[in-house]
Amino acid sequence: MYYTEEHEWLRVEDDLVVVGITEHAAEQLGDIVFVDLPDEGKTVSKDDEVVVIESVKAASDILAPLDGEIVEVNTALSDNPGLVNDDPLGEAWFFKMKVEDLSALDDLMDEAAYKKFIG
Amino acid sequence: MGTETLERGTGGRPGVRRRDSDLRRRDRGGIATDIPRGWPQSVSGCVLHPAERGDMSELRRTALYGLHLELGAKMVPFAGYEMPVQYAPGVLKEHLHCRAAAGLFDVGHMGQVILRAPSGQAADAAAALERLVPVDLLGLAPGRQRYAMFTDAAGGILDDLMVANRGDHLFLVVNAACKGADIAHLRAHLAGECAVEEVADRGLLALQGPAATSVMDGVAPGAAAMRFMDVATLDSAFGPLWLSRSGYTGEDGFEISVEGAKCEALARALLAHEAVQPIGLGARDSLRLEAGLCLYGHDIDSTTSPVEAGLSWAIQTARRAGGAREGGFPGAGRILRELADGPARLRIGLRPQTRAPMREGTPLFATEDAADPVGIVTSGGFGPSIEAPLAMGYLPVDLGHKGRTVWGEVRGRRMAADVVALPFRDPNYKR
Repeated sequence: MYYTEEHEWLRVEDDLVVVGITEHAAEQLGDIVFVDLPDEGKTVSKDDEVVVIESVKAASDILAPLDGEIVEVNTALSDNPGLVNDDPLGEAWFFKMKVEDLSALDDLMDEAAYKKFIG
Repeated sequence: MGTETLERGTGGRPGVRRRDSDLRRRDRGGIATDIPRGWPQSVSGCVLHPAERGDMSELRRTALYGLHLELGAKMVPFAGYEMPVQYAPGVLKEHLHCRAAAGLFDVGHMGQVILRAPSGQAADAAAALERLVPVDLLGLAPGRQRYAMFTDAAGGILDDLMVANRGDHLFLVVNAACKGADIAHLRAHLAGECAVEEVADRGLLALQGPAATSVMDGVAPGAAAMRFMDVATLDSAFGPLWLSRSGYTGEDGFEISVEGAKCEALARALLAHEAVQPIGLGARDSLRLEAGLCLYGHDIDSTTSPVEAGLSWAIQTARRAGGAREGGFPGAGRILRELADGPARLRIGLRPQTRAPMREGTPLFATEDAADPVGIVTSGGFGPSIEAPLAMGYLPVDLGHKGRTVWGEVRGRRMAADVVALPFRDPNYKR
């Protein structure tokens, strides 16, 4: 598992990068009530705003963690945004990306570094 | 007693303009996990008065500060106070608990004020206060309370408040961020006629929800016999409680003024009931929004008149054209004219057609491709009991009627929303 400073987690499955948000982020955001997902097939650059999530408190963006193409989005979140609070590391993944160069993952934090990052 | 507490600063704002809810979100991108930074300026909408900003150490605390920490509250700066925005269960569960059982709110940051005439007659204080509000206070019977608003010379709203007739004096509850200005306003205009006493040594709690009455009656026998907007002083193990059967959630319930030294013990006694859980400012905001109630500094301020705000019901016939005491309050010219001819714009309810919330500051358009906005959202979010997004805002009268569809621009996209009647949810008051 890899982590970004934007509180996303990434894991590699079948050569695709699966992206979600951390438990820490889900907890801090509070109850999620709306998730706006990108179109499948969309080409994105690192730091593009690709997902909007709204909690009872406010709207937040999820940024593309790497350059690549969105190949699949988790439509279950549209119907059940609360899944993000219930299972942020599992069922509540947001999208899967095809990434040219998986070695870019090496620049991200591992779990120990992320834990230190959030203090 | 007591109106909503999620105010911004005391300063008015130049027109109901777009707030920076989207811009703020985008200034950094990513997930804003820093709640004290992101939260108070968004849903709870607290933009502190410059004099009230500063680090947490400069903020005031209510009598329940220690209890909030013990209960695991997230504390945020709010109107010059350190206040609980939520407890461990979070906004959604707190909201639903209040509607299902009972919620306890600390509203001790709000201002409690006594107006006393030298004659010792509440009617004399009422006659004096009528010069500052468009409300029939001489018609307010002892033991009863009314919603009111201070108006300015232009017919705008300086603050909204509750006024209770407690026999030999009037008891006012005003918004926290406005209380200094309100007291100065009262003293400036009522000098010589009324003593204006800030009640600084009493805490203020709200107990709201369907289970509130049985819990309250156990603590202060007689509470259950009160009707909506009654006020009474009832004995309890926590000293005399100044009760009003009111609140700002759309639920039945009470607001409770209690000696400061007994406030925590009373709160603990109420929380000892299985039905009662503490509720933070976050759920207080979603509860009042579903109930269609105005939040000062957002839905109403010095740029909105009571008529535009849909608060004409609070202006009784005695103060209207042809009434026994017609006019005679600041801004009467505009307000009476709007009562007669109708205002140019109206506060309305909105139900977005998608699940995307329309937050405060969302511009509203008459059509999907209109160039210029015709209105603005002044409060918006997700309604946990409605299970859908909902918003309030202002629209020109020709658009602001039930059944009309307008478009709100959210993140650059026009989203349809239906204009609906307020409140979004029928209140459970015991009239």
